[in-house]
Amino acid sequence: MAEEIAAPRQILPPPAERYTWLGWIQKNLFSTWYNSLLTFITLGLAYALLKPFLTWLLEQANWEVVEVNFRLLMVGQYPPDEIWRIWLLLYLLAAVVGLSWGVWVRGRLALALGLLLAPLLLALLPIATPSARLNLVAMDLVAVAASRMGRLGGPSLRRFAAWSWVIYLVLVILVVRGFALTPEVMPRVPTNLWGGLLLTCLLTVVGIVFSFPLGILLALGRRSSLPAIRAVSVVYIEVIRGVPLVTILFMAAVMVPFFLPSGITIDRVLRAMVGITLFSAAYLAENVRGGLQAVPHGQFEAASALGLSGFKTMTRIILPQALRIVIPVLMGQFIALFKDTTLVVTIGLLELLGIARAVLAQPQYVSYQREVYLFVAAIFWVISYLMSYISQRLESVLGVGER
Amino acid sequence: MEETLEPNNLTPQSSSRDDQPIIVCRDVHKWYGNFQALQGVSMEVNKGEVIVIFGPSGSGKSTFIRTLNRLEEHQRGQIIVDGIELTHDVRNIEQVRMETGMVFQQFNLFPHLTVLQNITLAPLHVRKWPKDKAEEVATQLLVRVGIPEQADKYPGQLSGGQQQRVAIARALAMQPKIMLFDEPTSALDPEMIKEVLDVMIELAHTGMTMLVVTHEMGFARGVANRMFFFDQGQIVESGTPQQIFSNPQEDRTRLFLSQILTH
Repeated sequence: MAEEIAAPRQILPPPAERYTWLGWIQKNLFSTWYNSLLTFITLGLAYALLKPFLTWLLEQANWEVVEVNFRLLMVGQYPPDEIWRIWLLLYLLAAVVGLSWGVWVRGRLALALGLLLAPLLLALLPIATPSARLNLVAMDLVAVAASRMGRLGGPSLRRFAAWSWVIYLVLVILVVRGFALTPEVMPRVPTNLWGGLLLTCLLTVVGIVFSFPLGILLALGRRSSLPAIRAVSVVYIEVIRGVPLVTILFMAAVMVPFFLPSGITIDRVLRAMVGITLFSAAYLAENVRGGLQAVPHGQFEAASALGLSGFKTMTRIILPQALRIVIPVLMGQFIALFKDTTLVVTIGLLELLGIARAVLAQPQYVSYQREVYLFVAAIFWVISYLMSYISQRLESVLGVGER
Repeated sequence: MEETLEPNNLTPQSSSRDDQPIIVCRDVHKWYGNFQALQGVSMEVNKGEVIVIFGPSGSGKSTFIRTLNRLEEHQRGQIIVDGIELTHDVRNIEQVRMETGMVFQQFNLFPHLTVLQNITLAPLHVRKWPKDKAEEVATQLLVRVGIPEQADKYPGQLSGGQQQRVAIARALAMQPKIMLFDEPTSALDPEMIKEVLDVMIELAHTGMTMLVVTHEMGFARGVANRMFFFDQGQIVESGTPQQIFSNPQEDRTRLFLSQILTH
């Protein structure tokens, strides 16, 4: 008996749970006769439902409408002579993304390959022109080179990589708009020519970049101990949240000019950007407030006991934890903002969906609704999914729920 | 040594270490709404003394220790810490907080920072030390509390006892003159209590002024200079551990001690 106890305990391996995929099919789809029956019924139903769609997609769909209007859908009426600017920005984007990847993400070969394959797949699309193909491949090379650089530099490049994003965002506006150094070099492109996916992306990016800090300030304001600041924040949040975005956009488009002295006009696109930012900030404020409330009170106490000032406590202790908690909600809000940009069509701006409808309004394309809308939907889905994916990665990198 | 304290009538301490008490509280009152948590608490603590505060839950002992670094605001009376009176003056409060370290029942480590970052945060941002110095001090403190190998882990990866030792190191990194412990072992599993108490005993032997709210009577017997029994927001009895344990004067003290010492 005593010997038995003294003997070293055998550590058992966990039971193996590996199947071949045939085994998986058998276990999950055909384990009993009624499960087999259900499997066949489901397959039959799926086939019946998808067949018309698939036949249309593979045999009848005519993508010529997208091909012909591709530039319009991407950049609206942006002057063809200036489209190189958009390419330039895409190249820079590839460089910044590549650099950030090399500095922060590293490893994850499969993911990196996926990211690299995306432009190549785009290049393979039948609607791409030869020069676009060349550009996409070259962009991939830029991204690889940048990530290589980021990898070599490692953590020492972190600050640089973060700043490169800030500089990039400023450059985007400058380059798209043009700064008219001389009439020939980088002439102004008036905003009524901006359109398509370009406008959608600009509205989204500007909306996110400005509504995020504003939302944080409002959330802090709502928790402030100063009654005036608290009142202003509460009123702002509740008023904006009680009004549909369309109303705010209309106000920005129709009402604002009334209040300005004659002769002064504010650009329409700028007004839409401000409207979207103000709208989104109210929602973000409430999301961030939720995160602030989730941080235990002991964190404030520990920070105070150490002698940290209120500002340092907020920026070093509370906000990093609060924002991490609300990453999924924030990203949800950003995705909603991205899709809400379609509403600017009501004030006469032609973003992606607006352009699509303008294209379909032409008599020769009336019968191509399915192709055009499917194309637009696919673009929205890809970008939304990308945002959602970034959010997941961010969560796992920051260890949400683990520490 | 005459140890009994009357409110508003403080007998000067015949301390052998230093003539000036480092903490002076006179007739401290504190209300939460209509509930009076502290009803005229007076206490003087000398440099290097180890004070144990005990009493039933709700007796105001935690509230009292938290008024000493203004985590709780007292509404009447006077609190002077290291010559600085705690008033609404924010500079005074910051000054006092720099001189007092605090250890909490729930550790309250910053979960998004590594152990090393937890310890260096306040020295870097409050004391404005250069990074090298802050990290050197932090590393030494981690050796002192016995977990130098955990510097780069996050609090969530440590056991409760290890977390509390990091919390002690974090408080010590500011090089405080006074350490406040608010039930430091109450949230710990029994086998981890000892490792935290060992660190506190070592700290007591270095001459740190310590105020400890605890029911660890072994610790009190071993290192406390004086003990204060709190009940219903008042100091019921105080004295050396020997006086308290062998000859308590008040019935309430006797009853409480019999409850926590015999079960």
